[in-house]
Amino acid sequence: MGIIKADDVTFEYIRRDEEGNVEGITTAVDHVSLDIKKGQFIAILGHNGSGKSTLAKHMNAILYPTEGTLWVDGMDTKEEEHVWEIRQRAGMVFQNPDNQIIGQVVEEDVGFGPENMGIPSKEIWERVEESLRAVGMYEFRKHSPNKLSGGQKQRVSIAGVLAMHPQCIVLDEPTAMLDPNGRKEVIRAIRGLNDVEGITVILITHYMEEIIYADKVFVMDKGAIAMEGTPREIFSQVEKLKELRLDVPQVTMLAYELKKKGMNLPDGILTTKELIDALRI
Amino acid sequence: MIILGFDHRSNAGKGKQVAIILDHISYIYEKDTPMEHRALDDVCLTIPDGQFIGIIGHTGSGKSTLVQHLNGLMEASEGHVYYNGEDIYDKDYDMKKLRSNVGLVFQYPEHQLFEIDVFTDVCFGPKNLGLDKKEVELRAYQALKQVGLPDEYFYQSPFELSGGQKRRVAIAGVMAMKPKVLILDEPTAGLDPKGREEILDMIKRLQKETGLTVILVSHSMDDVAEYVDRIIVMNKGRVMYDDTPKEVFKNYKELEEVGLSAPQVTYIMHALKEKGLNVNTTATTIEEAAEEIWKKLG
Amino acid sequence: MLRDITLGQYYQTESVIHKLDPRVKLGGTLLYIISLFIFENIWGYLLAGLFLAIVIKLSKVPFRFMVRGMKAIVFLLLITVVFNLFLTPGEVLISFWKLKITKEGLRIAIFMAIRLSMLIIGSSVMTLTTTPNNLTDGMEKMLSPLKVFKVPVHEVAMMMSIALRFIPILLEETDKIMKAQIARGADFESGNLLKRAKALVPLLVPLFISAFRRANDLAMAMEARCYRGGEGRTKMKPLVYKKEDRLAYLVIAGYLVIKIVIGIIL
Repeated sequence: MGIIKADDVTFEYIRRDEEGNVEGITTAVDHVSLDIKKGQFIAILGHNGSGKSTLAKHMNAILYPTEGTLWVDGMDTKEEEHVWEIRQRAGMVFQNPDNQIIGQVVEEDVGFGPENMGIPSKEIWERVEESLRAVGMYEFRKHSPNKLSGGQKQRVSIAGVLAMHPQCIVLDEPTAMLDPNGRKEVIRAIRGLNDVEGITVILITHYMEEIIYADKVFVMDKGAIAMEGTPREIFSQVEKLKELRLDVPQVTMLAYELKKKGMNLPDGILTTKELIDALRI
Repeated sequence: MIILGFDHRSNAGKGKQVAIILDHISYIYEKDTPMEHRALDDVCLTIPDGQFIGIIGHTGSGKSTLVQHLNGLMEASEGHVYYNGEDIYDKDYDMKKLRSNVGLVFQYPEHQLFEIDVFTDVCFGPKNLGLDKKEVELRAYQALKQVGLPDEYFYQSPFELSGGQKRRVAIAGVMAMKPKVLILDEPTAGLDPKGREEILDMIKRLQKETGLTVILVSHSMDDVAEYVDRIIVMNKGRVMYDDTPKEVFKNYKELEEVGLSAPQVTYIMHALKEKGLNVNTTATTIEEAAEEIWKKLG
Repeated sequence: MLRDITLGQYYQTESVIHKLDPRVKLGGTLLYIISLFIFENIWGYLLAGLFLAIVIKLSKVPFRFMVRGMKAIVFLLLITVVFNLFLTPGEVLISFWKLKITKEGLRIAIFMAIRLSMLIIGSSVMTLTTTPNNLTDGMEKMLSPLKVFKVPVHEVAMMMSIALRFIPILLEETDKIMKAQIARGADFESGNLLKRAKALVPLLVPLFISAFRRANDLAMAMEARCYRGGEGRTKMKPLVYKKEDRLAYLVIAGYLVIKIVIGIIL
């Protein structure tokens, strides 16, 4: 069993109108099964409303499946006594950088998780320092979060999770509210965690450029997994991605257009270099 | 009014009536303190009627400060703003009228929705203009049609709509004031790829149908390249480039240095050229690039 | 700009007073205020003034910052003085029309003005030299015995520190929504009171919605980081009394003793 394993996970909630009468049932996650190995870099793609964020919240025991089971490091998220253990093993970073920073000083925010876990003060300081260094925010440790850029705030949030020494980090659209520079900073930090620290990363996003380096990609639609494979396998299906309200990187799209015109090119080109090599010039 | 010494940097807008002129505008935060900081530094721009303009810059480049000067929400520390030849800083200038002529849609505009249903919310703008009820409702209806919101949502609470729909309602709220100039600050922020495309297509259609001047503020070149006639690149409070997309993207290396990037196709075309393939590097869209490569290799 | 408003008017500098444990400053301020209200005589006030002056000097905060806090209560101060001046019965000094100023009234008015001014300046010294965060920490620790009586001390302290973090964000948001509504022709400035109150609806509704959304997000983020109340929680920066803090307590006690002695003897 991998670090995160979902077996036929379904999440339904009841919609009510203003008077509280039942209007209907929405299935936000629809029979999803997946198995994520330790140390992998996983990307979950999907348009807004595809159920990807709801699925992510299951990995941190914020939500429990209405049907099926989800295990984090072998622990069933439905079992109450494991909740805190699970939240420590699988940390979570959310979309809005302003709404997840609790401390008024960067270092105090990073220390929040370890404080909750009851770690002794001296060790908290060590963890805070090493986490801030890992995301390149150490020099900002005395700053107020309100004065940081969006990308910097998200890196502080990542450090805050890192200080809890998780085995796996789930990032729920961490770059959706950032500008291109901020996005690059955050993605670089995330890749560093995976490459250097060997932490399992589950990145939820709708930016296609961010998933090129993933080991495996899941594409979600209507709560279910619509596609799964390596980035190359996914990007070779341009038409299908368009149907799922998603995009492909411009270079992939260009190769696809050239191929349509009759040029002999392989499917799923991901970088400029690959395109030039394939054009053989 | 004749403005002497005005610097005409842009060629893109020649031959059209000039709607907005920014004449040596500077905006200074915390003047005369050690924290003094120029958010805008000697900006000169002309914005003619009917143009589709993209303003690009990274966070802190001054682009949001700039657009808030266009409808008088912020007042320049130095310089003048003219709308249809009149100085908007004149004492008896009607600011309310200016704000109805120059509509500004802020970032995440759905956060300002407040009424019980979509239709009433869109009525807020025209009602503030003091129009009679019939005219207000007509305008609200037209605006909601223009942004492509289906009728069945008109009497729903705005908070029950999806992100993309809410954004359309918010844009309609400004359109209902019948502005001559529509400014949108990051209208696609937080939307998924398809949602982004839908909103931009809608804006383009609106611009074509109504002859509106549209100013799109963005930090993404990819978003605007396909849509606009003219790009203004802001950096450190100054206008760095002001030209057609093709001309601006020729400076892709300089753009890179200030933390912006040209569309990915620009890089591909330059890389191909370096490898000895004699392609025209000015392609800015995928279609143009594919056409160009096909011509040379196909 | 709104985001530059600092709450609790903390003045950043390095000084002995800044470095003191917040509990010392909280307790000290409380004792000082009490000392102002026991015994009424000139020498006592001179002592209190001297003590305050020394603390201000040590704190390295410019005096004008202390006086700033006074501005807010000038009105209150005037009313107190006027009431005491005219309404205290006793030996009449000056009288015109129906108003009389008595000797006793003059005395009480002067003392009241001195007391209140020193009270405000004294508390300003505390807020100017202690970060809001430190203050909440200090309060939590000082009030922790109340936990026995089921007072949610930790929760209240946590709420205060979260409020302190979000007030600047919400202020900025208010500014943004206000601008957005002005761009839609809203008018927040003209009209009578009723009209103005009505004009606030387009500002307040989005602001409340945003505040609730943020609260919801934050609660989730806190739970995701294993927050489950004060139980079993450790502190990154625990409050520990140092030598200087014990000394400060001694100084305050010394001041109190002298104040009482002066009060009894004179």
